[in-house]
Amino acid sequence: MSEMWTAKLRNKWQKNLPIEKLLPDDQPAYVASWIYVFGVLTLSALAMIIASGIVLAFEGPAWYHVSDVGLFTNSMHFWSVQMFFVFMVIHLWGKYWMAAWRGNRFRTWATGAIAFVASIATAFTGYLVQTNFDSQWISFEAKDGFNSMGIGAFFNVTNLGQMLLLHVAFLPLILGVITVIHVLMVRRRGVVPPIDAEPSLSEAKR
Amino acid sequence: MSISKEAKHDFDAAPWAGKTKRYDIVKEGSIAVAFVAILAIVLSLLMGSPDETPLTFKGWAVSNADNFYATAVQELAGTSGTATYGGPYNKASDGLNVGPFWLQKWAGVTHPIDTVNEFVIAPLSTQVMSTEIASALATWKAASDSQKQAWATAYDDAITKVEGKLSAVPAGAYGPVPALAKGLTDMAKGGALDAALLSQGGFFQTDNTKQILFFGDGSYLDDAGTTANLQGGTWGMMNETGRYPGQAWLWLYSFWYQIPPFNNEESKPIGANADAYIMYIMGALSLGLILIPIIPGVKSLPMRIPIHRGIWRQYYQANGINRRKK
Ligand code: HEM
Repeated sequence: MSEMWTAKLRNKWQKNLPIEKLLPDDQPAYVASWIYVFGVLTLSALAMIIASGIVLAFEGPAWYHVSDVGLFTNSMHFWSVQMFFVFMVIHLWGKYWMAAWRGNRFRTWATGAIAFVASIATAFTGYLVQTNFDSQWISFEAKDGFNSMGIGAFFNVTNLGQMLLLHVAFLPLILGVITVIHVLMVRRRGVVPPIDAEPSLSEAKR
Repeated sequence: MSISKEAKHDFDAAPWAGKTKRYDIVKEGSIAVAFVAILAIVLSLLMGSPDETPLTFKGWAVSNADNFYATAVQELAGTSGTATYGGPYNKASDGLNVGPFWLQKWAGVTHPIDTVNEFVIAPLSTQVMSTEIASALATWKAASDSQKQAWATAYDDAITKVEGKLSAVPAGAYGPVPALAKGLTDMAKGGALDAALLSQGGFFQTDNTKQILFFGDGSYLDDAGTTANLQGGTWGMMNETGRYPGQAWLWLYSFWYQIPPFNNEESKPIGANADAYIMYIMGALSLGLILIPIIPGVKSLPMRIPIHRGIWRQYYQANGINRRKK
């Protein structure tokens, strides 16, 4: 039985991330700071981005130029992105000053940092598919950087069709997957103890 | 620290066995979503979002016909920014390099652009035109390549010599080039060039490369970028049109373009290849961000600068950890 791949996977999952760890109803006493809220806020802003983005994708890239509802939806998308980055950057700095990679949490930090880079790429393609003056300007300017690295040969920022597909399909998928891994990693390891926490201190015992 | 590095690591890695408190993460998440949604709705209603209409070839040719005309001549003579660009559009230049790495050249010509035919001759050929322009087009098509090059170069040089002041260009052996440029200018003024550049005689088209590149060869787009404060040399990469925030997260990327030698195209090798150097720098810094936990110095700064005492204030108080340790 234990030779089965399915059983192995299930056992590993059970061991590393049982449902009590995934959805706990308590947290270590030291989880008492506003900084902990910013990961969740980042996640919430991402959810708003995806929700408003799905509506925009349904109606197509030209919709918001001609419809009031479209413009409102576009504004929701735009401001959710601005908030997303503000929350994420505060989250990033918070986790840096907490040295939150301690205790085998390197991969939590690394997936977070990769999510940051992937977010920038996703947002950038979003700016390219606005089909307004700004996207004309950005695509003309940005092509030089990508061309100088040979990236422009396959990632053509002046190709609206290509950028649109990457922005609404491939890049959000990548970002979504990285984010899910990041959050599952946090749940698996638990929230990192304070920098000076030690077994001898009173709160380390129940 | 009173315990060894290894013991501390094991303690941080082990599941927390100390004091806990009730914590409703699903409730926290729901409140966060509601909070962000309300904030987004308020900002959207109050501020809207940027949507400046795109510029058009018509707008360019109507507002600055001479500049459009001169740019059309450059496309014929092969002296425009696009015609001299290099990869991925043509082989007119080797492109940028960093040391022995000529990535732009190595990546090859994957989006070939023939400015003479695709920017001027083919779009013009789609039009119903006056006999003057029709015969200019016929003359051009019948001429040898060297003859075409000679006409266009002579005219382009003459325009450059009088600094774009078309009325001051002396007579010369320009062949059909002035008529072709005039024909294209009229076509652009009428509003037909945008679509012709995009479709290139086909039906479906989703690639705006030719439009955007031709557009950037003149001064119209550049001037509009300056007016909107979007120029890269003045942090424009982070800006947005109107009163909106832009891609502020690109501040570090934008930063390099503000300082020497990157901001000086004349300085070799770095300034002249700034786009490539800055890409490498940002690539390295992004990798650095990911690897912070293993970079000496950077990884131990948070232990030395006690911002963590503020973050975990309650914990430090509850456990009576001294202000100054050791
Ligand atoms: C898509 C963007 C991101 C989302 C949605 C996200 C979400 C979260 C959430 C919900 C948590 C748990 C709650 C908390 O401690 O705040 C968390 C923890 C964490 N995040 Fe992120 N994060 C993102 C980006 C980043 C970035 C850019 C970094 C740093 C480079 C990072 C590093 C961490 C670390 C190290 C933890 C573990 C904290 C601990 O154990 O106490 N995250 N993240």
